[in-house]
Amino acid sequence: MSTKFNAADKTERLLNLVICLLYTRKPLSKAKIRDAVPQYGTSASDEAFDRMFERDKDELRELGIPLVTEPYDVLFDDEPGYRIDRREYALPEISFAADELAVLGLASRAWTQASLAGPAAQALRKLEAAGVERDDSSLIGIVPMVRTVEPAFEAVKDAVLQRTPMAFPYRTAGTGEGATRHVQPWAIASWHGHWYLTGFDTDRNAPRVFRLGRIEGKVIIEGRPGSYEVPQDHQPTAMINAVTVDRDPQPGALQVRVGAGHSLRRQARSAEAIDDRWSLITVDFTDVEAFAAEVCSFGPDVVVKGPIELRESVIRLLTGALGPAPSSDEAMV
Amino acid sequence: MSAQKNSGQSGASRQPSESATTRLSRLLTMVPWLLNRQGVEIEEAAREFAVTPAQVEADLALLFLCGTPGGYHGDLIEAEWESGRVFLGNADTINRPLRLGVDEALALIVSLRALAAVPGIGERDAVVRALAKLEAATGSASAGASRIQVLIDEGTSREAIALAQEALAARRRVHLHYLVPGRDESTERDVDPMRVINFDAHWYLEGWCHRAEDVRLFRLDRVEALTILDEDGTPPATAEPRDLGSGVFTPHADDQLVRLALGPGAVWVSDYYPSERIERTQAGGAVIDLRTADTTWLRRLMWQLGSQATVLEPAELAHEVHRGARAALAAYAGSAGSAGSPPANG
Repeated sequence: MSTKFNAADKTERLLNLVICLLYTRKPLSKAKIRDAVPQYGTSASDEAFDRMFERDKDELRELGIPLVTEPYDVLFDDEPGYRIDRREYALPEISFAADELAVLGLASRAWTQASLAGPAAQALRKLEAAGVERDDSSLIGIVPMVRTVEPAFEAVKDAVLQRTPMAFPYRTAGTGEGATRHVQPWAIASWHGHWYLTGFDTDRNAPRVFRLGRIEGKVIIEGRPGSYEVPQDHQPTAMINAVTVDRDPQPGALQVRVGAGHSLRRQARSAEAIDDRWSLITVDFTDVEAFAAEVCSFGPDVVVKGPIELRESVIRLLTGALGPAPSSDEAMV
Repeated sequence: MSAQKNSGQSGASRQPSESATTRLSRLLTMVPWLLNRQGVEIEEAAREFAVTPAQVEADLALLFLCGTPGGYHGDLIEAEWESGRVFLGNADTINRPLRLGVDEALALIVSLRALAAVPGIGERDAVVRALAKLEAATGSASAGASRIQVLIDEGTSREAIALAQEALAARRRVHLHYLVPGRDESTERDVDPMRVINFDAHWYLEGWCHRAEDVRLFRLDRVEALTILDEDGTPPATAEPRDLGSGVFTPHADDQLVRLALGPGAVWVSDYYPSERIERTQAGGAVIDLRTADTTWLRRLMWQLGSQATVLEPAELAHEVHRGARAALAAYAGSAGSAGSPPANG
């Protein structure tokens, strides 16, 4: 491909084509277009022109330009004509107030660090083209940011929007084992700082939630866009919440060294001094494994008094953390 | 399609290899933007379109060659920029921007909906008004937007967020009682606020910390108390907001290198902490290298990962992890659950 070499020529050609097709009231035949757009005149043969024009049409449509094909002559309707419908092309006249543009600016900049940064910035420019200046004064210093660090984001987002079945290699949370999953994607949501996919798992024949960060490898399209329906009442964040949060809270009794365990003390619903070195606090928890891990992070500064299952989890984690014992320490466990 | 996406990532200046459609897309937006801002400076246009001033001039030179069929002088777009200010004319056919594409509509609608829940922004009806107008104008392009959701705010730390915003607006210094979670330390410090940031669903106050004499990020749910002081809170001129491109956790090249072996159940660690190198093992685990100035948090992370993680390097850290775990286990060594018998100091 010599596109790099003549990219400027091509831009010129495409722009002239857009202007020409917007300008015309009647659909233009290919021959007319070839005459009207000077850059086509240089293409050597009819065949070369045909190929070039076909590719140009596709590329304009990919940009979202509504290029329509209509018979250009009612008497010879087998010969297609082309034009761009101006009403379909142009962004409707919307006037935004200065404060509306300010929040739109914030909404656009939220994607600065994410995969939609380009489209978000372009959208804002289009909305601002009318010339109103935004008033950012009241929003100075507030910076919401959305991130899309997950490599699978783009592919999954497109599959969600187009409702296209897909397959991907997925690492399961607990075991870390990888397997290929086949899914009809419903929605994606950024939840507590991570992107999740909801959808129908066709192997398990049930709805499932997936974390985009655990998709390891290429997302493969496995069907046609729009080939299934998303349940009308689907609430992505509610579904994600349901699988990530479980059970009712129960109290854990912890012995915490004075001057340590700050984040646990903040969550505590009761606290009393044991002596001048230790306190006894009660903290509610839901997930034993997760809470045991949190307790372990304080090392010797926090000791579980109960319940027994929490104690056992903590002992198991700490024993594991001993690792391959550095010489002479083996006797301990 | 793909060319458009790539352009978004590059940010500042465009490469000479920019595709024709990416450039066309910019030109079609630039023309109405310039038509409504006759006499705007080239530099301002360059900033708005995230390109160099030279690129704006090249774009204008290209526009100058285009126009309605005929190719005569009167058919071409008029562009004038020798004075450093841009004047554009005779471009009526493309004087309106192209409709928003699916990704463009989506990006704005999804994040506006998320903003509606943000304290200090969501109360404003500007969000609702902007959203209504945008949805009306985008039509079918915004149809899938409800299937992409972003939860920015979890409803925690409302009070701290409001106080931080107030201090920022009034340019006041604040006094913080702050919990440094990685080190399990409660600290006090004075901070000159610079920004209130929401990042990965957490709220942060970024500011000049007088204790560290540097720019620091404070997670607002770890602020135990925030007091607005009756003192000017203008940060030093040298204080630069951090680039959050790679997360709030920004290692330095001269920090200590740590190598960890992760079991399959701990591979998630590499999702959370930027790793210099990740090497997958056949068993589904990984060996990762990361850099950190302070290993306190890593020691704590290793205790909580149990048998799923091992420190390979440095040996000193491996010893610390082992000693700490042994000391912690000592508390459980005797009878099961006799309260009030504190473990020996490890």
